[in-house]
Amino acid sequence: MGTQNIMWNYSKRIFTFGLIGITISDRYASVAAVRGSSMSPTFNSSSDTLLDDYVLVEKFCLEKYKFSHGDVVVFSSPQNHKERHIKRIIGLPGDWVGLRHSSDVIKIPQGHCWVEGDNPSSSMDSNSFGPVPLGLVQGRASHIVWPPQRLGAVERKVPEGRLSSS
Amino acid sequence: MAFRKVRDFLYVMREKNIVREGMEMAFLTLKVFCGLHVANKYLFTIVLPYGPSMLPTLSLNGDLILAERVSTRLGSVDRGDIVLVRSPLHPTVVVTKRLIGLEGDSVSYVVEPGKSDRTDTTVVPKGHVWVEGDNIYASRDSRNFGPVPYGLLEGKFIWRIWPPKDFGSLGPNKTEPISDKDLSSTEAI
Repeated sequence: MGTQNIMWNYSKRIFTFGLIGITISDRYASVAAVRGSSMSPTFNSSSDTLLDDYVLVEKFCLEKYKFSHGDVVVFSSPQNHKERHIKRIIGLPGDWVGLRHSSDVIKIPQGHCWVEGDNPSSSMDSNSFGPVPLGLVQGRASHIVWPPQRLGAVERKVPEGRLSSS
Repeated sequence: MAFRKVRDFLYVMREKNIVREGMEMAFLTLKVFCGLHVANKYLFTIVLPYGPSMLPTLSLNGDLILAERVSTRLGSVDRGDIVLVRSPLHPTVVVTKRLIGLEGDSVSYVVEPGKSDRTDTTVVPKGHVWVEGDNIYASRDSRNFGPVPYGLLEGKFIWRIWPPKDFGSLGPNKTEPISDKDLSSTEAI
């Protein structure tokens, strides 16, 4: 009887903290691992897969879906909703962006953004699947939290020459 | 003297109790808030859709709908379901549409209803779905903004819970048969 009571109390406690944890990670901030080298050198600058960077993903930007050029965002892939990608926002609605592999310039439609990896050889970005609806964005990577020697804020930088000024 | 000590002691005890009760209340509130958030985000939500785009299935306003969030997460939504879609044009807005085609389906639609009968056929690309309002004359849907990524689906309507006379399930029972699909899973680009 006694052990059963203890077990019951423990599971109640775990359940409660689970609820609180899920709520925090949905509404405020969560931590995500960065896989692959598409955002190198910002994330995963070494090719050592054991030392994947972990980033703090803040969710406050989802209140109004307001983003700036150069923000690094996590979004679910337009081609497969189970995959999540982390890329940098290059263009916002109304901007004109030149495609990387051709000379075409396209206008970003309302409610969409243009995302690219920092590593020019990255494959899965807007150059392959086009503009991404902002509704797919799940958060903004604000800090690197692991490994400790790389702890720090993620810079908001806008690459030169990607936007064709209108 | 002793009386004063007892009185002080009782006062301190009462103070402590108030603090502890306050903490317990705060924790209970936190638990309820988190429980509601998780239930609303992962299980069920109540929606009050408005606007003409889903006439005649849903009235202009005043319907209260129970929607579940499990099947969109598991990928088990099907053609004919009424779904909640985060608008591709306004990311803060969630709209109500009927799911017409899944990835690989080829969908025919009237381009300008009421003006001409011209129809167009398109293939829904990988990872996308085709959504339309039931009232094609007053709906901004995939005919305007094209197929939407599956990740924008946020729930599926199951029951109308208000008004009580219309209480019941909202299944894929559209009167007009959904016939324009060939399910030959064309490889999409």
